[in-house]
Amino acid sequence: MSQERIIQVERDILSKNDAYAAENRRHFERNGILALNFVSSPGSGKTSLLVRTIYDLKDRLAISVIEGDQQTSNDAARIRETGARAIQINTGKGCHLDAHMVGHAAEDLAPESGSALFIENVGNLVCPAAFDLGEAHKVVVLSVTEGEDKPLKYPDMFAAADLMILNKADLLPHLDFNVGLCIANALRVNPRLQTLTVSARTGEGMEAFYAWLEASAGHRAARSKEA
Amino acid sequence: MHELSLMESVIDIVCETARQHGATRVKSVRLDVGVLSHADPDALLFCYQAVRHGTIAQAATLEIKRVPGEGWCLDCAKTVALADRFGGCPDCGRHRVQMTAGDELKIRDMEVI
Repeated sequence: MSQERIIQVERDILSKNDAYAAENRRHFERNGILALNFVSSPGSGKTSLLVRTIYDLKDRLAISVIEGDQQTSNDAARIRETGARAIQINTGKGCHLDAHMVGHAAEDLAPESGSALFIENVGNLVCPAAFDLGEAHKVVVLSVTEGEDKPLKYPDMFAAADLMILNKADLLPHLDFNVGLCIANALRVNPRLQTLTVSARTGEGMEAFYAWLEASAGHRAARSKEA
Repeated sequence: MHELSLMESVIDIVCETARQHGATRVKSVRLDVGVLSHADPDALLFCYQAVRHGTIAQAATLEIKRVPGEGWCLDCAKTVALADRFGGCPDCGRHRVQMTAGDELKIRDMEVI
């Protein structure tokens, strides 16, 4: 005989995603893979930044890529032109990648030990902030053609990130964009954020990003050997 | 609109928990959603109507309890009301405030038959 009753659930709504993310993170750490979750608004130059990085680091760091977009496999095709391996995830109506999708893609891609895995999230400064993918770091890319107040308008994303890359620096002479103010705004929501100013087009400032990347990958590989 | 994914996750957890408890139908679901969280309650309600269809929770009502924002001000050494996620202390105006409540996104409980 069934009867009405109350069940205490007390579970986070994101607990399922977080469990998949924890599984991904364990897998990446065990295999010494540096997984980075690149987030930004559409058009910040994320794919160009990744393409340049892969070319420039060809002999220094193995890189594979998971591309997230609502539609098309254009970005994965751009990555594959560099010779790097890439998998495209189309989220359809979804506005972000989740840990379950990334787990499956990472399984298919099978990045080698000691390599870096770049996850290019759907261009959106809101939703991807909430979904942990199991990455080592979130990297937020902002371009100087956007407003300096983006970190204040979309604080969740800048609070969740460990590194902010300010891209398209080659356009600064033509704009009124105030780099100092933009960084100050970002630091207001996240005092621990590291920031770099680069141009993926001219290569200006990219060496700083490569140094960050190689240091992070080295650190990750060393930790997996200890474990 | 990540609210759709959030509500899909709510329905998954609710139906799974109901089945584990031998229930055949869910009558109501109660969520705690902090005012400083990234989810919009109206969007959550809207998405809920769409994702509950065809499940044992398809007739379940949804109640969203808003949890007010609170933080610990390091300078005042006390708990203060927080209106924005990264806002300052309403008393001293400084920004050394650590959020302690208002970030919740939780399924509290549910009523089943």
